[in-house]
Amino acid sequence: MDTKSTEMNGLRVIFRREINAYLHSYVGYIVAATVLMLDGLLFYTQALGPAAGERLSGEVLARFFYTASGLTAIAALVLSVRLIAEERQLGTQVLLNTSPVRDWEIVTGKFSAALVFITGITLSTLYMPLMIVVNGRVSIAQILVGYAGLVLLGAAVLAIGIFATSLTRSQLVATAVGAAVTAVMFLFWPLSMVVDPPMSRVLSALALHGRHFSGFQQGLLHTRDVFYYFAVTYFFLLLATKVLEAKRWE
Amino acid sequence: MIRLTEVSKYFGEKRALGPISFEISPGGAVGFLGLNGAGKTTLLRILTTDLRSSTGEVEIGGINVVTSPHEVRKRVGYLPETPPLYRDMTVGEYLKFVGRIKGISPDSVSDRVREVEEYTQLTDVHWEFTRNLSHGYRQRVGIAQAMIHKPELLILDEPTKGLDPVQVLELRALIIRLKEEHTILVSSHVLSEISQTCDRVFVLNAGELIASGTEEEISANLAGTYRIMLGVRMTADTQAAGLTHFVRRLPDITSVELIQHDDPLLTLSIQSTTDCRAHLNRSLVKAGHDVVRLELDSNDLESLFVELLGHKVN
Repeated sequence: MDTKSTEMNGLRVIFRREINAYLHSYVGYIVAATVLMLDGLLFYTQALGPAAGERLSGEVLARFFYTASGLTAIAALVLSVRLIAEERQLGTQVLLNTSPVRDWEIVTGKFSAALVFITGITLSTLYMPLMIVVNGRVSIAQILVGYAGLVLLGAAVLAIGIFATSLTRSQLVATAVGAAVTAVMFLFWPLSMVVDPPMSRVLSALALHGRHFSGFQQGLLHTRDVFYYFAVTYFFLLLATKVLEAKRWE
Repeated sequence: MIRLTEVSKYFGEKRALGPISFEISPGGAVGFLGLNGAGKTTLLRILTTDLRSSTGEVEIGGINVVTSPHEVRKRVGYLPETPPLYRDMTVGEYLKFVGRIKGISPDSVSDRVREVEEYTQLTDVHWEFTRNLSHGYRQRVGIAQAMIHKPELLILDEPTKGLDPVQVLELRALIIRLKEEHTILVSSHVLSEISQTCDRVFVLNAGELIASGTEEEISANLAGTYRIMLGVRMTADTQAAGLTHFVRRLPDITSVELIQHDDPLLTLSIQSTTDCRAHLNRSLVKAGHDVVRLELDSNDLESLFVELLGHKVN
């Protein structure tokens, strides 16, 4: 086995183990059920509620993606904050630390499994926009771009959660840190509207929602926004890897 | 196989270990003995690459644990104080996962799982969830995961902690069997554990290595002399006084004491500045004596340990 395939082996094995853990734990099912239920209720009020008839189909779809983005972010945070803290609590982190796998494989193995799970939950809501397609006039491209935005946002929040969980053995502390970082990055957008340039430009460029997500909501795919979510994801996964490495020196 | 050079570990300002230096050759079992907080687990975690030392160098099989941790991990199996079990997996699933993560190919991992389950007597619980196992079975699963990738070095941290007497005996027998195929490091604060399973002992106290060697060597070093028990079969020509006089005149012997004089056996306790058993044997045989017992007399490990700690405290 060459070096590269050995490395990929660690990532693959951790990925598979994590996916199985989601399927065997009730946490995964509870998160999935809650997200689907709330998405369904919100969609009902937006698409079939009293004010729905006055809105254009594209507007209803944009509102759906707006509310779904909040739920996706919360679900990503709930799923990710336990990932490493729980290993430390159960004492299984030592098994990973003393196995021939790199810290980045541990982080990306867990991240990719969580991303597959959150993507699965998100795609389970697909029937809702399809109902708009049937009963209204929206383009398939808007749906595809909207879902791409949800997945990218979910990936970024998962990365933030994994960074938070790498810091501590307490899931409570990890949740607090992850929620705080996510909330602050969400608040950059409204803050950018009340401060003067150049600070407003900096804040809007860094905001997790708002400027970068609004395009996806409308079905507009900007390279700038895709790059932003990739960058945030990469940055926090890198931080998490560095934290795991640093923990060995503590 | 293992070489530590001036290794120390600090947690903040607090020194948990060292600086210590020692070497361990391949084969057999080495015990790390010390009270709680002596630095045993810290030392073992450094050897497994779970923790990095603050200073010094560690090599396992000639490989540096800091520059090539990946290579070291392939050669080391580790059972921490609490076995690292995933509660949502069955024993079979768990061992398969560990085998794969340790680098065993998908084609051969199932066979290897079957082998280690038979070796550690886990076949009956293959389908059991690890969360449902008794403490004794969990320890065995812990050992099975440590040995699954056939490591040269097996590190077991307090393996019998919390086990009942029957489980202790079973696990002790397993460790003795494992010695045939692996170099084993065992840590414990239970003296009998180390005494019965290990060939050499390292005694740690407050992060320092205060003694090392076999029980006999530690005993000799502690007293500054070697105590040798000599048994000679009495013949018509053998006289106790003559034999005592003969032995006393040999080099390095400082004193000779007649312990037992029961026909047909004569037992002497000899104190020497060196381990002169080979020379003693040759001289006695040459003089026509039947030597039936010739061994270093160690105190039991428990009293040695207490004495060592007493020396340190004083």
